[in-house]
Amino acid sequence: MENLKARTFEIRQDILDTIVNCKAGHIGGGFSVTDILTTLYFKQMNIDPQNPKAPNRDRFILSKGHSVEALYSVLANRGFFPREDLKTVSAFGSKYIGHPNNKVAGIEMNSGSLGHGLSVSVGMALAGKMDQASYRVYVVMGDGELAEGSVWEGAMAASQYNLDNLCAVVDRNGLQISGTTEEIMNHGNLDDRWSSFGWHVIHAIGNDIESLDAAFETAKTVKGMPTVIIADTIKGYGVSFMENSVPWHHKVPNADEYKQATEELSAKRSAAL
Amino acid sequence: MNTIHNRQVINDVLVEKAKTDKDIVVLCSDSRGSASLSEYAKVHPGQFVETGIAEQNIVSIAAGLASCGKKCFVASPACFLSTRSMEQVKVDVAYSNTNVKLIGISGGISYGALGMTHHSSNDIAALGSIPNMRVYFPSDRHQTKALFEHLLQDSKPAYIRVGRNPVEDIYSEDNTPFVMDKATLVHEGNDITIIAAGEMVYPAQQAANTLEARGISCRVLDMYCIKPLDTEAVLKAARETKAIIVIEEHVAIGGLGSMVSQLVCAKQPMKVISMCLPDEPVIAGKSPEVFAYYGLTSDNLVKTALELLV
Repeated sequence: MENLKARTFEIRQDILDTIVNCKAGHIGGGFSVTDILTTLYFKQMNIDPQNPKAPNRDRFILSKGHSVEALYSVLANRGFFPREDLKTVSAFGSKYIGHPNNKVAGIEMNSGSLGHGLSVSVGMALAGKMDQASYRVYVVMGDGELAEGSVWEGAMAASQYNLDNLCAVVDRNGLQISGTTEEIMNHGNLDDRWSSFGWHVIHAIGNDIESLDAAFETAKTVKGMPTVIIADTIKGYGVSFMENSVPWHHKVPNADEYKQATEELSAKRSAAL
Repeated sequence: MNTIHNRQVINDVLVEKAKTDKDIVVLCSDSRGSASLSEYAKVHPGQFVETGIAEQNIVSIAAGLASCGKKCFVASPACFLSTRSMEQVKVDVAYSNTNVKLIGISGGISYGALGMTHHSSNDIAALGSIPNMRVYFPSDRHQTKALFEHLLQDSKPAYIRVGRNPVEDIYSEDNTPFVMDKATLVHEGNDITIIAAGEMVYPAQQAANTLEARGISCRVLDMYCIKPLDTEAVLKAARETKAIIVIEEHVAIGGLGSMVSQLVCAKQPMKVISMCLPDEPVIAGKSPEVFAYYGLTSDNLVKTALELLV
């Protein structure tokens, strides 16, 4: 478990390098979701990087597709493709474009427009039920994304179909591009909203592997209804000046910022070992 | 007078095929009755998904099912499916390249007096403009059957528009020439060409018969495959006949007429006349009344052809 924590800072370094290299990307949300993705890909999901299309694999959708640098870094670290490929993200003609694309090994569906992933994952989970397959379906949404009405169409359907093989995660970092989620379009009592749509709600510390792992384990025991994990995260987690800072939604670090970020991530990695 | 509408034929094909193909899944948005799929839902409840009135959701759910190997047929009123769900079609179906067939029922101005909310007179423009999306407007029940039997064989996205009312037969039980993505020659002719799709094929055929009686040889192409357009058949008509009339239950911008004109203009310049719906909410009325009001009739086709051939 400790080594996995260290791994999350190595992955963050890959995210940082990728964004600095291609001079674009979404670092704040990438850093907030890193631990969620690491827990899923390194501990929870039944996946095989050597056989990414195995029929009974667990399915994953990154509905907040703008955090693709985090997904690429996790997939590369998990062995779906060489880490070297991260240097081609967003390059001319690259398949590693600025949002998830299913031409990349390990990515199921294209995303990037918010509010699609939950409904797509409902379809995947329904297929699993129809086929009496044992795979589980995971989808990660941003909290700003919850303002999309289509999210709630998907939420209604998941409980209508009793999809207990579906686990959604809300990366609840509280910030979006123009300010706090509560200023932009407040979520009221998020637990109540999901509960009233027929979901089992679990909270997790979203930047803590153990807490996330426990939440995913609990979700597996819930029967007859889908589960949502509200993962309370810190946007920009891991680098002091990026944490809880609205501009770091998609700012690209300059040379000094890169140096400081690298030092902080390295120190945190060492402390975790 | 045929009384079997195209929706019924789609139900019949899917009911039959789903008996042996367990991957077929039909999805409706509280539309099983209007789509004539109540029988399917009853016979194959395990291969039927009801999403309620949620056209965005239905398309994304279908895409998710398809990504797991299902062959999805989404049936919902064309007016909502073609534009309410347009982004889901673009991203989850066309871009992700999922095996989802979108069936736009009661398309065009089928819903007549219900108003523009219920018309889909811009669905070619909307969905045809999306990369990797195909658009089909079958004419009669026989062609609809043939088309669906072919669509069941491929795994690519497609949008199919059918009207609400039964349409007169163009083909017959034992004579339905059909080659996928190739226009069907309904009437031979070398003086002038009418290109039509969907419900406009019948008036085109009638017009050709009338013109024939007057010594004018009119070619009629049933361009059920609007995208990919049968460019070969269009250019052949442009080479071999003196003018082309395109008639469609669609607005001018981004419709079949504009697609044919663009092609002909670039490759084989000649006169192309577009007969279509206006750039305004259409007048209230039943389909035949509305078609007559805007001149989408065999009489007007005959008149237009004669004027062109003067």
